Amino acid sequence: MASNDLRGRARWVLALSLVGAAVTVAICPFLGGSGLDYANVLRREAPDWAILVNLRVPRTLLAFLAGAALSGGGALFQAIMRDALATPSNLGVSAGAALGAVTVIAFSSGGDTRFPLVWIAALMGAGLVIAVVKALGRSMRFSTSTLLLTGIAVNGICAALVLLLHSLAGITKSFQITHWLMGGIDAVEYAVLILLSAVIVPVCFWLLRMSRVLNVISYGETWAEGRGIDCRRITMRGFVAGAVLVGTTTAVTGPISFVGLIVPHLLRRLVGPDYRLLMPASILGGGAFLIICDTISRTVLAPVEIPVGVTTALLGGPFLVWLLWSR
Amino acid sequence: MSLLSLREVTFRYREGATVLKGVSAEVDGPQVIAMIGPNGAGKSTLLDLIAGQKAPEAGSCDVMGRSAHAMPRAELCRMVAHVPQQVPADVPFTVEEVVLTGRIPYGRGLYENTEDYAAMEDAIARTRLEAFRRRRFASLSGGEKQRVLLAAALCQQSPILLLDEPGAHLDPQNQSQLWELLGELRTSGHLVIAVTHHLALAAQNADRIWLLENGRLAADGPPCEALRPSRLEEVFRVPFHWHQNEQGRVFLTYGQ
Repeated sequence: MASNDLRGRARWVLALSLVGAAVTVAICPFLGGSGLDYANVLRREAPDWAILVNLRVPRTLLAFLAGAALSGGGALFQAIMRDALATPSNLGVSAGAALGAVTVIAFSSGGDTRFPLVWIAALMGAGLVIAVVKALGRSMRFSTSTLLLTGIAVNGICAALVLLLHSLAGITKSFQITHWLMGGIDAVEYAVLILLSAVIVPVCFWLLRMSRVLNVISYGETWAEGRGIDCRRITMRGFVAGAVLVGTTTAVTGPISFVGLIVPHLLRRLVGPDYRLLMPASILGGGAFLIICDTISRTVLAPVEIPVGVTTALLGGPFLVWLLWSR
Repeated sequence: MSLLSLREVTFRYREGATVLKGVSAEVDGPQVIAMIGPNGAGKSTLLDLIAGQKAPEAGSCDVMGRSAHAMPRAELCRMVAHVPQQVPADVPFTVEEVVLTGRIPYGRGLYENTEDYAAMEDAIARTRLEAFRRRRFASLSGGEKQRVLLAAALCQQSPILLLDEPGAHLDPQNQSQLWELLGELRTSGHLVIAVTHHLALAAQNADRIWLLENGRLAADGPPCEALRPSRLEEVFRVPFHWHQNEQGRVFLTYGQ
């Protein structure tokens, strides 16, 4: 019977995604430019044990959290916008977050560009974009094209302001901004990881709980409203959840493009359009994908590290072109 | 308390002309109401108001004594199932999955339960969709899509069904099966309000006609009263021919 079909498939998808993510998390810390001396690792001796525990593992976990948040956020935006090409970036949410973060980096005194301040600024930037969108939504119906056009406008404005700040900032600040804008996964303290997961994990669970409702949103507002769903409320909550995911991630890693686009799309082809399967797969798969991209970034040209944003964009750009052509 | 009560319902789109100008009607029991009228008369808007998707600017639209727009959506949707003229053509789900959306008002659990699947089976059987059940909705013809949407509304098991041109894309066989089904629904206690341009079928099958003209209810009554050619000719501006047989059934044609 169909009921068991779906539950069974959902279990399989969840199990496979979990295994995939777990394997990636377990293996990737051991890959790297400077080979680890496994004997030292086993004996928990310096420097290899320290490299693994203080650099590689936190970096892998950060990549996982960021990838999960960006990919889950991407799947969410595709659902509430009813558009395969919707992502936090082309709605202007990422740009808003980036503008917030860059403002703080440019104006903070000294080298204090650490997590909490940038985080708050990025969230505020993302929130500001949501507020603009919400104001627009009050005066007219939420139509996909209106929102995407708004996104383009907001993107342009934010990018211009980032450039302005960039040109006004001194050499040191300018370098910091450039570095941050490239997007990268760095080893962070475990405290930051705990804070990040305290934000990202609950929001991801909310996304999973909403997945059945997200399915119905794709039938359009009229149909969804006729099935008892308050579309406007769900859409607004979705935007807030997306802003939190993207703002939080962006604050730590800088803008990382294409994860929210590629991962849900690839998985859509594999598991189908049902968000009850697609959402868990996107969250776990996005985490695994960013870990892999980060591992590529720090190994291919070792000892030089490519910013992970470059790797995801180089993989994602061609994918986007292919997607547009095959659609 | 009446099933549906419209009192002086007035509605205007933002910066637009007034679409509904004081529509009043009471519906007490199960029946099939055909809502007819020229394009732009306000038929779909009136359905939206009953479905609680729009709020009347003045007047009230009450379902079982409660304002449709003010009621929590899920609760209203357990009483009223609304089928719009169409949904996006590229909905990526299968027929079964589309039909199951009718179960959303009953629970926000992640998966459907056995009761939901039973309702789906019943709805698929009543709309004769067995052969299509695994097909992708996007691959169906216009008429098949309409039947699937109707099935989803049946799956919702609400006593009031609002259908916006349910027969627009149906061939004669499906068209007559549709009206037969609407008759069965009346027998099983449903109130069906269907917008239609098939005046002849409405005349033969509906219990009651709502004739909407320019935002006003120009006629409200059984077909033999509401569908008088003189009245219809004023509203639609084409000549009508009318014939009533011994059983009281009305046959209606129009044109030169």
